Order: sequence, then structure tokens, then C-alpha cells
Amino acid sequence: MDLIAEGISKAFWLLVKGDRDVFQIALLTLRVSGLATLISLAIGVPLGTALALGRFRGRSAAASIVNTGMGLPPVVVGLWVSIMLWRYGPLGSLRLMYTPAAMVIAQTIIALPIITGLTMSGIGQLDPGIHVQLLSLGATRLQLVWLLVREARLAVLAAVIAGFGRVISEIGASMMVGGNVVGHTRVLTTATSMEVSRGNFGEAIALSLILLCITLTITSCLTRLQQKGGSTQS
Amino acid sequence: MLCGLSTSLSKSAPKVHAKLTTRILLTVLLLAVFAISVGAAPAREVILATTTSTADTGLLDVLIPIFQEKTGYMVKTIAVGTGQALALGSRGEADVLLCHAPASELELVKNGDVIERKLVMHNDFIIVGPASDPAKVRGLKSAAEAFSRISGGQSVFVSRGDDSGTHKKEKAVWTKLGTAPSGKWYVEAGAGMGRTLSIASEKDGYTLTDRGTYLAFQKNLALDILVEGDAILLSIYHVMQVNPAKFAKVNGAGGLAFAEFMVSPEVQEIISTFGVDKYGDPLFFPDAGKNVDDLGK
Repeated sequence: MDLIAEGISKAFWLLVKGDRDVFQIALLTLRVSGLATLISLAIGVPLGTALALGRFRGRSAAASIVNTGMGLPPVVVGLWVSIMLWRYGPLGSLRLMYTPAAMVIAQTIIALPIITGLTMSGIGQLDPGIHVQLLSLGATRLQLVWLLVREARLAVLAAVIAGFGRVISEIGASMMVGGNVVGHTRVLTTATSMEVSRGNFGEAIALSLILLCITLTITSCLTRLQQKGGSTQS
Repeated sequence: MLCGLSTSLSKSAPKVHAKLTTRILLTVLLLAVFAISVGAAPAREVILATTTSTADTGLLDVLIPIFQEKTGYMVKTIAVGTGQALALGSRGEADVLLCHAPASELELVKNGDVIERKLVMHNDFIIVGPASDPAKVRGLKSAAEAFSRISGGQSVFVSRGDDSGTHKKEKAVWTKLGTAPSGKWYVEAGAGMGRTLSIASEKDGYTLTDRGTYLAFQKNLALDILVEGDAILLSIYHVMQVNPAKFAKVNGAGGLAFAEFMVSPEVQEIISTFGVDKYGDPLFFPDAGKNVDDLGK
């Protein structure tokens, strides 16, 4: 009980006093996970739509790969991204290892299948008649995608929420490719884990509460957007 | 719904198109700004691979800002398991190593993976037990002799029992003694160091602990330091530079600068007092320039 009270009061004071280190860690967490989610969104939504509607060879194989990718363990992603980005790895000359950019790459690989897969199933659930009708009304391919995504916006927002929630809470990949370097690649999850191993349970609880607050705020905003979208739909 | 859709499409098709284009442009712009702000990596950086236990003491949090201030290098401390730290060094993925596994380090030296290996400091494991000291081990110079008296007298001994570094050290002492401990007196906690110390304190038992954790928990324990200073109980830290002649991508100048910094008089002075304010005793003993064989004598 003491520990929980200590953690909550530490979190409160860290937030009230505007602790610079914690603020920087929280901001980096948001930037890395937010950017990874945005990139996954930009690639995943068109890709998911294409997989849902396309009639090409290998479509079902691609859909299976995407669905499998939804369960990719972050440490596996971390390991493979490390192997690619290490100095003597295939992409070593980019010098991205232990940078926030490396974390964005790893988190994008984690979020992309989730956003693609959930978009795919959302679009796939639409009445197939809409597709035909829009084409017969003379919609271009781009307009078609846009209108279908609008129709399936509940599902697409659910995809964004799921993808963002996954990457902001993951630690395995961020620890491996970021290295938890202070002031540079330390995010809320890696900082929490480090404080636990140092025996600073109070700080760890404080950081975990801050992470939960951020996730709650972002997710409620997205949920409100989703609900609003849902109510104006019919 | 279909009706609404088709009217909205027919009425506002160009508008939708324009809106879509703006949104895509905005997104791309946003991504570009983010990517630039996130991706910029400083040119002069030194990658230091070290063990979690070293980093967890907080010593590096004190030393590294001083080094960065002095040299202008940006240090990336990667705190990982001993095996991984050494592997990063032997593959040229780090510039400098700070480790406490002398036997494995010497192998890297032999292979030419690392150069300029220098003794930095040591800390140690200690045998603690109740002040009444039923096994009469207080002041012994040999850890094995102390273990022998504890097991001979069937005094309670609490082991970590979790295959941690401390547990391995304990097993090494039993092996040196040539016995495998078992019996009612030998308690396997299967717990972290802090919890193991608490159990030993409550059972009036002995245990092997690292000095740092003991100092941190001392005020809640009824345990005294009984045996210390045996060479087998030492954790000896060396700094070494990854060989730039073998790995062209390694930051040779930066690695060397950090290795020299760790053995400089200024840093050795900081090491000698680190932890005193918090625990009353230092966590490490500075050893730069000493012969490693003289430690523990």
C-alpha cells in the first residue's frame, strides 16, 4: 500500500513540477509512437483496402501474412531490425542504430500489420454493392478508396487505436533498437523497466501512471472521433 | 445510406478530391517534419556497452555528463547482459566496453577485438550473518573456510537460488570447497537480493550478497558484515576500447578517450566517494594503475 501511495504522489509531483527529464521522455514516447502510427496508417489503410477489394493472385496468401503479422512479438521485430541496422549489418551505413528513427522503424513494423489487417476486415464487411455502385457512378480509384474508408471509418479508427496502443506499450523492440539511452532514446516503457531493475519502485509506478494517462487521453480522443463518426453516419 | 452516399458523391466529387489532396499533402508534410526532427543523429557519438548491474548503481549517470562536457562526445550507454555487451564489442557494434567478467574479456583481448584494456575499479560480495555468529566466521579471510564452517555447524544459510550472478558466485565458492550444499539448514529463496537478505535476517541466517544491495537495505536488517576481501568475492571492472584497426566503423578516438577518462585521477576520486552520501560507505573501490593480482590481498 505504501508503495502505491508513494508512486502516486511521486507521479503527481513529477507532473506538477514539470520535471524536465520526465517531460522529455513522455514527449519522445509520443513522437516515436505517434509517428510510427501515422506511417502505418498512411501505408496500412490503402494496403488493407486493396487486400479487401482486390482480385489478384496471391491475395489470400498476403491476407494470411498480414493477419499473422498482427501477432508479431516486439522482441522478434527488435532483433531483426537490430540485425539490419547494426554497423556491420546490411543497412549499417545509415547509422540509425540506437536512434529514435530506429525505434520508429521497429514500431511501424509492429503497427503496420495491425492497421492493415483491421482495415482489411472493416472494408471487407461493407456491403459489396457499394463498391459496384460507386464504380458505376463514375468514381475514380482514389475516390473509391476514400469513400469506402469513410464508410468503414469506425473500423479504421479502431485499427488506429489498436495500432497506437500496441506500439506505445511495447518495450522489447524499443529497448533493443533504441538502447534506452538517456536523453536520446529513453521512452516511458524502457524507463519504467529500468527503474524497476534499480529498485526504484516509486519512480517506476510514477512513470507507468504517466504512460497510462497519455494512452488514456489519446485513446479517448480517438474514441470520441469514432463515436462522432458513427452517429453522423446514418 | 447508399442514397446519401451516391448524392454526396455526385454533388461534391471535385470537392472531395481537393479535400483528399490537401489531407494527403498535409500528412506527408507532417511526416517529413517528424522524420527530420526524430532522425537527426549527432555525428560525434561513442557507444558504450556495459552490464545492467553497472548501470543500475547510477555511477555512470554521474560520470558520463562530465565526460560529455569535457570532450564534446555524446555517449550512448547501452546497458545489457554481460554476454551481450561482450558480443557487441567482439562484432564492432560498440566503441568501448565496461565489464566485470575478466576471463571472458581476456578472450576478446586475445582475439584482437579489444585493446587498451585497463583496470578501473572493483566492488565485492560479502558474507553477512547474525551478530551472534553461531558458525564463528567473523573476520575470516577465506570465503570457502566460512562456508565450510557454516555447513559444518548446520547454521542457516539463505541462497538466492535464482541462477543470478550472485547465485553463480555462491556456487563457485561451494565448488571451490568441493561440496554441494543440501539439508534443512540450506534455504533456497528463489528471490532477488533484497528479499533474500530479509529472509536471512528473519531466520538469523547467513547469506552472500553484493555490497551495494546490503548497504541499501542495511537499516531494515539484523545482519552484520562478517567476511569480506577474499579475492574470489571480488567483481573486477575493466574498461576496454574496441579495436578500430579491426573494425573500421568503430569510433577509435572516442573509445580511447572514454577508456582514458575512466582511469583519470578525477574519475577515480569520484568513484572512491560514490554512494557515501546515500549509504555511508562507497559502492566501488578505485583501482586504476594497480595490478589486478594484488586485489583482495
